[in-house]
This record gives sequence, C-alpha cells and structure tokens, in this order.
Amino acid sequence: MGFRNWAYQLLVVSAIIGVAAYMVGNAQDAMEKRGISTGFGFLLEEAGFDIGETPIAFQSTDTFLRAYGAAIMNTLKVSIFSIVFATILGVVLGIARLSSNMLIAKLSSAYVELFRNTPQLVQIIFWYTIITQLPVPKQAVSLFDMAFLTNRGLVVPWPEPNPAYLWTLLAFVGACVTAVLVVRWADASRRRSGRRVSVLWWNVALIAGAPLAVWMFSGAPTTVSIPKLQGFNFVGGAAMSPEFLALLLGLSLYIAAFIAEIVRAGIQSITKGQIEASRAINLSPSDTYRKVILPQALRVMVPPAAAQYVSLVKNSSLGVAIGYPELFNVNNTIVTLSGHTIEAIGMMMATYLTIALVIASIMNLYNKSVQIKER
Amino acid sequence: MTVANTISRAEVGASPRRPPPAQESGAVHWLKKNLFSSPFNTAMTLLALWALFVTLPDVIAWAFLDAIWRTDDPAACRAAAGACWAVITEKHRVILFGTFPYEEHWRGTLAIVAIVGMAIISAFKRFWSAWLFGAWLAAIGIVLVLLLGGVFGLTPTGTHQWGGLPLTLLMFVGTVVGGMPAAVLLALGRRSSLPAIKALCVGFIEVVRGVPLITVLFMASLMFPLFMPEGMTIDKFLRAQIGMILFFAAYAAEIVRGGLQAIPRGQYEAADALGLSYRQKTGRIILPQALKIVLPALMNDIIRAFKNTTFVSIIGLFDVLGATATALEDPRWVLYAQEAYIFIFVLYFAFCYSMSKYSEHIERDLSKGRNL
Repeated sequence: MGFRNWAYQLLVVSAIIGVAAYMVGNAQDAMEKRGISTGFGFLLEEAGFDIGETPIAFQSTDTFLRAYGAAIMNTLKVSIFSIVFATILGVVLGIARLSSNMLIAKLSSAYVELFRNTPQLVQIIFWYTIITQLPVPKQAVSLFDMAFLTNRGLVVPWPEPNPAYLWTLLAFVGACVTAVLVVRWADASRRRSGRRVSVLWWNVALIAGAPLAVWMFSGAPTTVSIPKLQGFNFVGGAAMSPEFLALLLGLSLYIAAFIAEIVRAGIQSITKGQIEASRAINLSPSDTYRKVILPQALRVMVPPAAAQYVSLVKNSSLGVAIGYPELFNVNNTIVTLSGHTIEAIGMMMATYLTIALVIASIMNLYNKSVQIKER
Repeated sequence: MTVANTISRAEVGASPRRPPPAQESGAVHWLKKNLFSSPFNTAMTLLALWALFVTLPDVIAWAFLDAIWRTDDPAACRAAAGACWAVITEKHRVILFGTFPYEEHWRGTLAIVAIVGMAIISAFKRFWSAWLFGAWLAAIGIVLVLLLGGVFGLTPTGTHQWGGLPLTLLMFVGTVVGGMPAAVLLALGRRSSLPAIKALCVGFIEVVRGVPLITVLFMASLMFPLFMPEGMTIDKFLRAQIGMILFFAAYAAEIVRGGLQAIPRGQYEAADALGLSYRQKTGRIILPQALKIVLPALMNDIIRAFKNTTFVSIIGLFDVLGATATALEDPRWVLYAQEAYIFIFVLYFAFCYSMSKYSEHIERDLSKGRNL
C-alpha cells in the first residue's frame, strides 16, 4: 500500500472526526444553554406519564428506565405474536400458491400481490380505522358467543390462571424434545443395524399423551374465563386493545405475503429429479419429505425469512402512527419530557440494533444447522 | 433361419387419423384437471367457492350497488348502506396536493406528469445511457422550479406548502437518484483494500440496516438541528430527504456488493493486465456488469423506497398519506376514512404493481442474454 493510500485514509478519517467533534460541540452548547446536563442519570428520575397498556405494572411515578423496559416488552410482545401469525399464514399461502387447484392458487396470488404492493403504514392505519369504527360493546360482533369484536378491540376466552397449565405446557415441550431425541436414536440405530425402527406412533403417543397425563394428574382444571358483557364493557377473558390488534394485523398480514413468496421459491427450488431419485431408492413419502425436500428447501428459505423477521420487528415502530405504546412511541414521550434527546435516541437505536442482531444470530445458528455438511 | 419371422408388420402409409380421447379437452376436462382433480382438491374448491359466495355479494353491494358516488352532503352518505365514495370526489384535491395553494394545483399536476413521463421513458432499454441520468437531473430541476416557484412569474411556494402526490413522487425520485450513487460508493468502499475506508462503510451500512427507517428519519428531523450551529436551520423536507437517501443507500449498497462479488476474478485481472486505472476498471468493466446483474433485486428495493415514502407523514410532512389524514380531520367526513384509505391503496397499488411487473419483465429480458 502506497503513501497516497494512507494519506487518503488519514484525510477521510480526520475529516469525519472533525465534523463529528464540531457537531457534538454544537449540541453540547445547545444543551448547556437549555440547562440540560448530559448523561444517563435522568433514567432514574420519575417519568410522570402513563402508558396505555403494559405487560409489567407501570405508573406515572415509576422511573424513565421502567417506562423504557415496559416499552421494549410491548415491542417484543407485538413482534412475537406477529412473527408466529405471519409464519403460519405465509406457509399456508406459499403452499396454496403452488396448488394444482387453480382457484386456490389464484386467490393466494391475489392476496400476495395486494399486500406486497401497498405500503405497510397505510395498511396499519386502515385496520385501525376499521377497528375503531366497529360497534360499541353492547352491539359487539360475536364470534360463536365466545370472542367479541368491538371498537375497544378483541376479547377472547382464556384459561383461568392455574399452575396446572404451566406444567402441561412444560410436559408438552419436554415430550417434543424427547420425540426429537427418539427420532435421532432411531436413525442412528438404523444406520448401525440396517433395520428400520418405526417410531412415528410412539412419538404421537408421547406428544399427545404426556401433556394429557400431566393435566389429568394435576386435577384436570377446565375453568376457562369467557368474556361477558357487564355494563359498558366486557369482563373476563383476554383482551387485545384496538392499537395492538391493528398493529398485529398490519405487521403480520404484510409480512405473510413476503413469507409466502419465500416458501414458494424454496419449494420450487427442489428439482423434480430429487423427488424421483428418492422414490427410486425406495424412500417412503414421509422420508422423502423429511430427508430430501425439507432440508434443501429450508436452506433456501431461512436467510430471506430471517431478513423479513428483522424487518417486522423494526416496523413495529410504526405503532407510533396509531398510538400503540411500543419503544419508538414511548421514546418520543421520554425525549419530550426529559429533554435528553441524544441519549434517548441513542438508547433506542442501540436497542433496535441489539434486537436485530439477536434475531440475525439465532437465524445464523439455525442456518448453519441446515447448511450442506461437506465431509 | 426363417424368413417369415423377420417380416415387418409395419403398415405402409399414414394410418387414419383418430380423434383425441374425449376427456383430454373441453371445459369439463379443464374443470376436472384444475379444480376437482382429487377429493382434497374438490373440498378446497368448494370451500373457496363457499367463502366467495358468502363475502362477494356483500362486498359488491357495499362498494358499488349501495354506494354514494357524488354528494357534497355527508348526511346522504349516512343514510346509504354502501360505501361513501363521495368523500373522494369532495376531498381529492387535498389528498392529491395537500396544502399546496389551490390556484397553483396545475403546477403540481405538471410535476406529476414530468416524473411519471420520465419513469415511462426510463423503462425502455434503448434509452439507457449516461444521458438518462442527466435527463433525470434536468427533470428534477424542472419539478423543483414548478413546486418552488419564485421564477418566471410563478408565485413562490415554500416546501412547507408542498404536499400530496407531487411530494411523494419527488421524495421517491430524490431517494433513488441520490441514493444510487451513494450505494455504489458504499459498496465499493466495503470491498476496498483500505482498512479505514472499509471499516467506515461496514459500520455505516450495518448500523443503518439494523435500525427502523422511522428512527433514521426521526434523527434527521429532531437530532440533526441540535448538531447544527445556533441559528442555522435546514429545510424540513430536505432533512427527511437526506434520511430517506441514507436508508436507501445502505440497503442498495448490500445489493450492489452482491453484484460486485458475482463478477468473476478474471474480469478484474484482465482489466489490471490491460493497465487500466482503478477508476477505469471500476467504471468501464466491473460496474456496468455488476449493476446489470443486480437490477431485478434493486427494483425490489426501489419499490420498497416508494412504499416507504409514507413514513415521512409520521414526522409531519404531507405526502399522500399525510394529506389524506389532514383531509379526514374534517369532522363531516371523518366517518368515511375507510373509503379514503381504499382510494390511496389503489393509488399506491397502481404504482407498485406496475413497477413489480416491470421488474419481472426486465429479469426475464436480462437473463435471456446470459443464457446465450
């Protein structure tokens, strides 16, 4: 590398440092004039504002830091629900688009084109206006008299809190993990002995049976809280606010269109020869799917899907347009009330960056596990 | 060896023409093949038909049969069971031009025509050259004169008065025209052998891609003025434009980088062997090929940039979405927000869908040449 290259770099770096120092100096002057001390000490001061809905208890006498935490949890809550919903819908739509049934394929592709080619923000606001113009609770749109849709959001039946549910859930997770281990063991033993061990029904029994047994054993609670109209609103069940519901719909219906395209491309990337070859070596249809189609399709699907999930989490910041108290929205309030613009925006950006990096690295790990193992 | 065994049984001459099997053609066969090929497919078809049968008549009745198309009295809408499209006939000027002075709307219309016209010209491959970029700059100049006024006897109209479709389109074009050169520089910087330049480009690209666009816009509109010396202000539209450009450039840079990586090393080595300078090698050999490869992927980003122009409404600019929200502040029409939003859905869809169809066309067109 010649002298000129080093000189160039030195010039660029010093120019950037110079401009940055100049700007920071300006900002400090402005802050001093307004009498605002820089630093993160303000986070422990009293917030003095309320947040509409929070997963953790929050009052206006709590600190800015707690407001921050509540906002992050709101962002994560809407993102996780949306990712699950978008993935399920996207996979169904993607498979439907490849269906030999022309009507189903056309309907699915109409959905994809419609939702992909309109701005997500307009979609979110559109859902919000629809929900807020729904009838009042007294004339609620009833879904089988179990769930009710009103201008105050959606209420659904929800199991009454009982430790038995937690144990049942744990049993289910445990059974799933065990089932995976059993499949691995069966594969390994087949490789060793050449004899096929059928474990499918054992696994079905395990996954269905274990949670059921735990549920029965812990007293078989069946109490489900069904929402009932009382006065002007519903009590009981689990309620979703109009803001949450609109953002959930706006995020998941939009991303589902992109997931559908990714799933379609993934399945189409498997050439017909692969399926014919697996039939030729006498693989069963389930083995063909599990060992030939899925691993290869996943390899194509995982990286773009990860990018879509990151994009979904970032776009949850659009909740600000309809007043859902997610990170960006609450941060705006913090900026206005505390005056610590630079610190608050810096913290918010660092938080989004961290979430994006965490999703990216989880997906990278997963991606590594489905990549071609070259031996 | 017996002769009889080797005699061919083939007939001489053409055999009589036979009709195709009955089921292989005709409407019944088409239905069988596409809709009722298996019990599962039959069930799906019936389910879909049932869903359409339940919803479609209501939708058609709401949107067309019972709809009110023209009235300046919202009470007429309230009496009707269907959609109130009258909100659009009443408010379309606000939705399309925002707060731009009413008598000057012709200037906004000309600006839309100029931008859409240039976009249509750019779609033809025969016009692709350095001249096209110049023509775009000239078109932007004309649009700016039209929107800013103050010369040739036009009434001056500040950027705070801009709004609606001209603002959306100008923001979009500015993002792409300003973002593309920045993206190419960032991509080249990321592949540079100079460590400091490379680190700067990697850092910029990764940070901007890791945060939401709205935070970038927010920084540009709220934090940027703090960093400026006292008394110096930069126009709000321009600040949003800079934010949009930075965000677009970071994403497009990664796509351009993909194209740069796809160029075989022999191309670089051949250019070096000819004694070309870095600038000649990059400008004449590498970039033209790389950009051609990534054009379809870039189109996706360009379409996204168009959809993302709606984000500027959050920081208080009156693009089509922001202008629509303003139009709906009129308490007489606020009940018909859905109709207004459906109208702008159609508007955005028309732009995005034509761009995405064009991108599919160009992808097929470009891959044709490569297979030869």
